[in-house]
Amino acid sequence: MSIEVILITGRSTSQGLGLELGKHSEKYKRGVASCELNVDDMRDLAIETDDLVKVSSECGSVVLRVAELEQEVPRGVAFVPNGPWVNLIICSDTSGTGMPRYKGIRVKIHPIEDGIVGDVSSLVEAEDE
Amino acid sequence: MTFNVTNDIACPFCGCLCDDLKVIISDGKIVDVKNACIYGLTKFLNYSLERSVTPVVQGDNGKVEVDLETAVDKSARILIDAKYPLLYGWSCTSCEAQRVGLELAEEIGGVIDNTTSVCHGPSIEALQEIGESTCTLGEVKSRADLIIYWGSNPLQSHMRHLSRYTIGTEGRFRKTRDDRTMVVIDVRNTYSARVADYFYQIEPNSDYELMSALRVALRDQEIEQDEVAGLKKDEIYDLADMMISCDFGIVFFGLGLTMSLGANRNVDAALSLIRDLNKRTKFLIMPMRGHFNVAGADVVFTWQTGYPFAVDFSRGYPRYNPGDTSAVDILLRGESDASLIVASDPVATFPVEASKRLLSNPLICIDPHRSLTAKAATVAIPSNFVGIECTGTAYRMDTIPLPLKKVIEPPEGCLSDVQLLEMILRRVRELKG
Repeated sequence: MSIEVILITGRSTSQGLGLELGKHSEKYKRGVASCELNVDDMRDLAIETDDLVKVSSECGSVVLRVAELEQEVPRGVAFVPNGPWVNLIICSDTSGTGMPRYKGIRVKIHPIEDGIVGDVSSLVEAEDE
Repeated sequence: MTFNVTNDIACPFCGCLCDDLKVIISDGKIVDVKNACIYGLTKFLNYSLERSVTPVVQGDNGKVEVDLETAVDKSARILIDAKYPLLYGWSCTSCEAQRVGLELAEEIGGVIDNTTSVCHGPSIEALQEIGESTCTLGEVKSRADLIIYWGSNPLQSHMRHLSRYTIGTEGRFRKTRDDRTMVVIDVRNTYSARVADYFYQIEPNSDYELMSALRVALRDQEIEQDEVAGLKKDEIYDLADMMISCDFGIVFFGLGLTMSLGANRNVDAALSLIRDLNKRTKFLIMPMRGHFNVAGADVVFTWQTGYPFAVDFSRGYPRYNPGDTSAVDILLRGESDASLIVASDPVATFPVEASKRLLSNPLICIDPHRSLTAKAATVAIPSNFVGIECTGTAYRMDTIPLPLKKVIEPPEGCLSDVQLLEMILRRVRELKG
């Protein structure tokens, strides 16, 4: 079972605080490696808060924890805080503007039984030349 | 125990640059901060978490701590050896540091870009084409009777914006909440939407369509569709009437416009809408700038080079072409062969493909935080926190310059971004002869 939604990334309180409290903390990971979904979409996917989902775009996929809804998200929209986790699925292409598309991206979401939310230091490694 | 209170401190967190903070110090430590939002308070009380004070260089057998002179020498050699170095960041440091950074970029023939290119870069591109009707936040406070937040959630991103500049403040001519109308236009029903008088929930990626429909309504023309951007035709006419009827309106727009489909064209439409509105009433527009001195970076870059970001010195004179000379595009094409990152953490903020390219070449990082970029850097040089441990100048989101004060002594041997950049520049010139 999977659904297709529009992904919005943005500021969340834990993400903003993480800028000052440090990005290596468990608190930052819990706040930022998370995904907010509409309750009806969660029901369709048969998932609850704290379950794991795989979010996939045309540029990659990432495992995130379903977060308690902080602010209302309309049906068909997912919200993920800015940060190194969601950047795994953001495409680098800027369409000639210098700005990658961080909002309004089509993604697929499906629940996963096994999987872990990656540790922040393991997310990005140098590309082999 | 004695407490020293320092007044009128500007907060080095977001573009609001609130300059009414009181910082309370006891035994050489900050123990409390008055008037700050949760972000400002957290910064002042926790700034020294996850910081390092000793320069680190990548050696053959891993990272080793070195003295400052060695780190500066290594940095200068990396920059000289590079054919097309990228100098990126600059929004969380002082204007004085930005100025030295530009001098360094020119000296080594590199490309220098600030974080504008991945926040309001599209806004700058649009206002260079259309122009911008704008003002200071003081004028908004005293005069605005219609405040529209579009694609922005200030109660989460700029927490005191409402209480200092818009609906929650006593201005000269607008004194109470009843004197102002607040509108939020957003995809989500955010905290800010909940305190607004009117909330228009629109479909993702539909800002351009709504602005176009509003422009049709302003011209008393017929909107052909029954619904645009998820709003009923009548709602759009009502919103247009509200905009025309005000005495002094302003749109504060956030990354909801610049990061969505359309990017600079969304802002282009917003600026055109404001231009149209000014034929009927007074209306202004302002981007909600994120980092505390990202507006300053644009200002300093512009008075030094003529361009606000993405400035390429590789031909010996400044060139500007976002999409070509902007950081993510350069990395994506694999053109840069070394980087200097100052006061920014692109490894945490860039799309992963661009971050991987950044890490594939020698990387110098000057930052007080032990950020993801600093941890991965070939040379990591810790610096001071400007606005806490050293002075400087920063520009508020309405491009008003404010002084950043020093409230506490930095760790011994830890220098400011300005001092470190001047040392690298001096060493570059020595090595070049």
